Amino acid sequence: MRYEAPESVEGAVALLTAATGETRVLAGGTDLLVQMRADIVDPDLIVDIKKIAETRAVTEEKGGWRIGAAVTGAELKEHPRLKQVWPGVIEAANLIGSTQVQGRATLGGNLCNGSPAADSVPALIAAGAVATLAGPQGRRDLPVEDVMLGPRKLALRKGEIVVSFLLPPRPPRSSDAYLRFIPRTEMDIAVVGAGVSVTLDSGGTITAARVSLGAVAARVLLVQEAAQAIIGTRLDAPAQQRLEAAARAACRPIDDKRGTVEFRTDVAAVLTRRAALIALDRARTS
Amino acid sequence: MAKHHIETTVNGDAVEFLCETEETLLDVLRDTLNLTGSKEGCASGDCGACSVTLDGRLVCSCLVLGCEVGGRRIETIEGLAKGEKLHPLQQKFLEHAALQCGVCTPGFLVASKALLERSANPTEHEIRFWLAGNLCRCTGYDKIVSAVQDAAATLRKG
Repeated sequence: MRYEAPESVEGAVALLTAATGETRVLAGGTDLLVQMRADIVDPDLIVDIKKIAETRAVTEEKGGWRIGAAVTGAELKEHPRLKQVWPGVIEAANLIGSTQVQGRATLGGNLCNGSPAADSVPALIAAGAVATLAGPQGRRDLPVEDVMLGPRKLALRKGEIVVSFLLPPRPPRSSDAYLRFIPRTEMDIAVVGAGVSVTLDSGGTITAARVSLGAVAARVLLVQEAAQAIIGTRLDAPAQQRLEAAARAACRPIDDKRGTVEFRTDVAAVLTRRAALIALDRARTS
Repeated sequence: MAKHHIETTVNGDAVEFLCETEETLLDVLRDTLNLTGSKEGCASGDCGACSVTLDGRLVCSCLVLGCEVGGRRIETIEGLAKGEKLHPLQQKFLEHAALQCGVCTPGFLVASKALLERSANPTEHEIRFWLAGNLCRCTGYDKIVSAVQDAAATLRKG
């Protein structure tokens, strides 16, 4: 098993493009090393992207924030500004695993692991985050909701890596929130995850919204009907009911030991409403 | 292919070792450097028995490759006591009987030290969340929480 830690994006892309066997990109390793240990994957080449400065940086860009794919959850939490602007994204990233896992786990890894239950992905989708990919044909931007196609299936082409994410500029009176349900209070995989982002006008009416649901379908969903249900409202009771109905209608979950189809669908509606109320409250005071 | 030649720092000492790509930092610590204080519980990042710090950041050494740690600063349980003098956390774990079988204890101590370096007077809530990635089948956790609070009080006195 070959290990390489290139210092440039081009170096990483060249290694992955030239490789003939099975390859894996290593960011935090909190999924990859577990899968290697369990003999689920046995890569011929591991490309560690953490020595590439771009993947480890958090920078302001055109009024938004660019977050490197290999920035850890612990680093995001300690960032002095991100938590104010994108509290939902930060709380979602910080729900992944334990303190120890937070010291290693990354947004890029959480997305590229290809799990529909990944906690940071609904929050990134609700935020309107765009992933910047680099590959042998150069760079391209892809909305986060288009990166994952299904369990363990990504839209990345051969030799392509996720370099960073761009969170868009935030208008005044905007905020977001992420909630998930797990059977215990820490250290578990989402049964349902709900991310909501809203922007209000000066009168408190929602002018823009994005809603995303995790763990209720084969991929993390952008639920446009749910956003439409609350845009133009002040999230009063009828709007909350329409939001719940839209969230429920979007669910196509599996039955497993963590939750039945009925349970996941009910919880998705409840969490979407609660996350929307938290986002609204934050937006009023932001 | 040839093994990786890694030079790094463990508990303040410069060390070098050879490792295969698939060897974890925990494998290297235990089997190559004979630092067997860090334990392998689950090997999947769930139990925290292999906790170490990497450049001051708490991590599971079972989820780090040995070949990743060149030029880094690693602290393990073996670096906690100064000679014969126990770290206040170790002393308080003994006084509060915050261990029984002891397999999880090195991980709890390393994780608790990382907490107290960030938060001198953590609440019970803070301690329980910080240590959620360290599993103990013996104590029921209450004694561990008390020991960490008591050690924090001792450290605050200086």
